[in-house]
Amino acid sequence: MKVLVPVKRVIDYNIKPRVKADGSGVETAGVKMSMNPFDEIAVEEAVRLKEKGVVSEIIAVSIGEAKAQDTLRTAMAMGADRSILVETDVVTEPLSVAKVLKALVEKEKPDLIILGKQAIDDDMNATGQMLAGLLGRPQGTFASKVDVTDGSVTVMREIDGGSQTVKLALPAIITADLRLNEPRYASLPNIMKARKKPMEKITPADLGVDMTPRLSVVSVAEPPERKAGIKLDSAAELVSRLRNEAKVI
Amino acid sequence: MAVLVYLDHEGGAIRQASRSAIAAASRLGDVDVLVTGPDAAAAAKSAAAIPGVKKVLQATDTTGNSELAEPVAALLADLAAGYTHILAASSATAKNVLPRAAALLDVQPIPDIVAINDADTFVRPIYAGSALATVKSADAKKIITVRASSFDPVAGEGGNATIEDVALPAGPGGSTFIATELSKSERPELESARVVVSGGNGMLNGENFKLLEPLADRLGAAIGASRAAVDKGFVSNEYQVGQTGKIVAPELYIAMGISGQIQHLAGMKDSKVIVAINKDPEAPIFQVADYGIVGDLFTILPQLEAELDKAG
Ligand SMILES: Cc1cc2nc3c(=O)[nH]c(=O)nc-3n(C[C@H](O)[C@H](O)[C@H](O)COP(=O)(O)OP(=O)(O)OC[C@H]3O[C@@H](n4cnc5c(N)ncnc54)[C@H](O)[C@@H]3O)c2cc1C
Repeated sequence: MKVLVPVKRVIDYNIKPRVKADGSGVETAGVKMSMNPFDEIAVEEAVRLKEKGVVSEIIAVSIGEAKAQDTLRTAMAMGADRSILVETDVVTEPLSVAKVLKALVEKEKPDLIILGKQAIDDDMNATGQMLAGLLGRPQGTFASKVDVTDGSVTVMREIDGGSQTVKLALPAIITADLRLNEPRYASLPNIMKARKKPMEKITPADLGVDMTPRLSVVSVAEPPERKAGIKLDSAAELVSRLRNEAKVI
Repeated sequence: MAVLVYLDHEGGAIRQASRSAIAAASRLGDVDVLVTGPDAAAAAKSAAAIPGVKKVLQATDTTGNSELAEPVAALLADLAAGYTHILAASSATAKNVLPRAAALLDVQPIPDIVAINDADTFVRPIYAGSALATVKSADAKKIITVRASSFDPVAGEGGNATIEDVALPAGPGGSTFIATELSKSERPELESARVVVSGGNGMLNGENFKLLEPLADRLGAAIGASRAAVDKGFVSNEYQVGQTGKIVAPELYIAMGISGQIQHLAGMKDSKVIVAINKDPEAPIFQVADYGIVGDLFTILPQLEAELDKAG
């Protein structure tokens, strides 16, 4: 069976993002970029399914600038077999990305699409659900455990008060939460091998998708800064301050 | 303009976060609400008592389908014709359902809003709250989740809305609800608690993590955790505060043995008063803490309890 894994290139999670001086967005020029951490988990899950013999082929997809090639190479170094770059300079939104993915799903006919639950740049948490909606297929979001057995997948999902289990007929859409697995680092030999793996390059127009964003950014600003307070010497002083100064207890 | 709010409830009681979503919605137009589930009738009764609600739509369902995104998204899409905006509190349920409904309506959702500028323009955090984006939607309908900590909840009593039945559609099929496992707790809900006591990696293990309970008891607090504490199995995932966990903004947040990485701060930095107890004076948590004590939490914890008993 075939798995499609969409991956996004984002500012590395260890880097503190800086708002551009003109308030038009967040600075990405000259900033270290990496694969969205949740997407790494999605790739890892697909690779593990392949190692178990459940999956025969993994296709990584990225929608974005030409540089997203690096992210696809990382996915292939982790174990994806081939990749597709859908190149666009237009700002991507979950809706437009879901439309691109729908077109690719119709072409590639994967049994499973595994995405990260959210991208750590726009924090939208929407693409997987939207793809499932557009395809009219079942969804298992915020997955912490995935079990594929003949024709269906059982997904344990993280919900607010605990966890929930659903069973989905294939093809199905899954979005990965942090606890699904711990992604591997690509080894040097695998990074070398990934360079020779096939990468197809197309554009949204080839798939007939209009990428025009529905949300326009009016401005981007730094949040109000919290000031560091004071260090106290004892629990007694803390309790007294909380009671008499902050008046919160 | 009329606005529909999809409510979260527990056994018929409307969650406080949903009352914050109603507060946000009432800034946009007349508010109708939707409740689903086996106990939708009880929830509808509670919802009808919320001031400002015009009409309650109840979809009672005992098949488990109301637990699934597919039929609920289909229902929201069916109901959308009568509304300019569809809102919900940013809960795991809403995040599962609303984007799917948005796709059915060809709308780009606007998640996690913290402010409303006008009917099309909203403010939302991006990059784990490192920046606030003001975005304007070109869609005819808006689909929005609301960060509850940014809107004061409306009252729970005083209203008198009408109640109407709606039917949950079958959805596209292929998805079956198996089970829900909820962890039981006598403590206040993390997202609406007045005081939160959170533990991190510094708690070292699950046994030690329980040492936070006597302190939480004294303060009537909910207990939270960093991702490191959850990953290491000290507590289960619903305790996690942060970018990918719960967003809290209590009157008092006490961080015990938490370093204060940006992903954790994303979930608690809007708290009114932050207290940090950490043995590392350089820990980034001190940059946002109003009060800090540098020291071993295992020494300070019993002292705090003793002081609270004394002063109280
Ligand atoms: C995509 C992504 C999403 C994430 N989402 C979240 C999220 O939602 N929430 C979240 O919390 N994290 C999240 N993280 C993880 C985050 O980056 C940090 O790794 C995590 O918050 C660290 O937890 P911690 O502070 O408990 O652990 P540590 O960083 O290990 O800090 C432990 C602290 O305890 C102190 N300490 C140790 N022993 C004692 C003692 N005896 N007395 C006093 N102090 C002591 C230490 O000085 C240290 O500062 C995310 C990471 C990624 C990549």
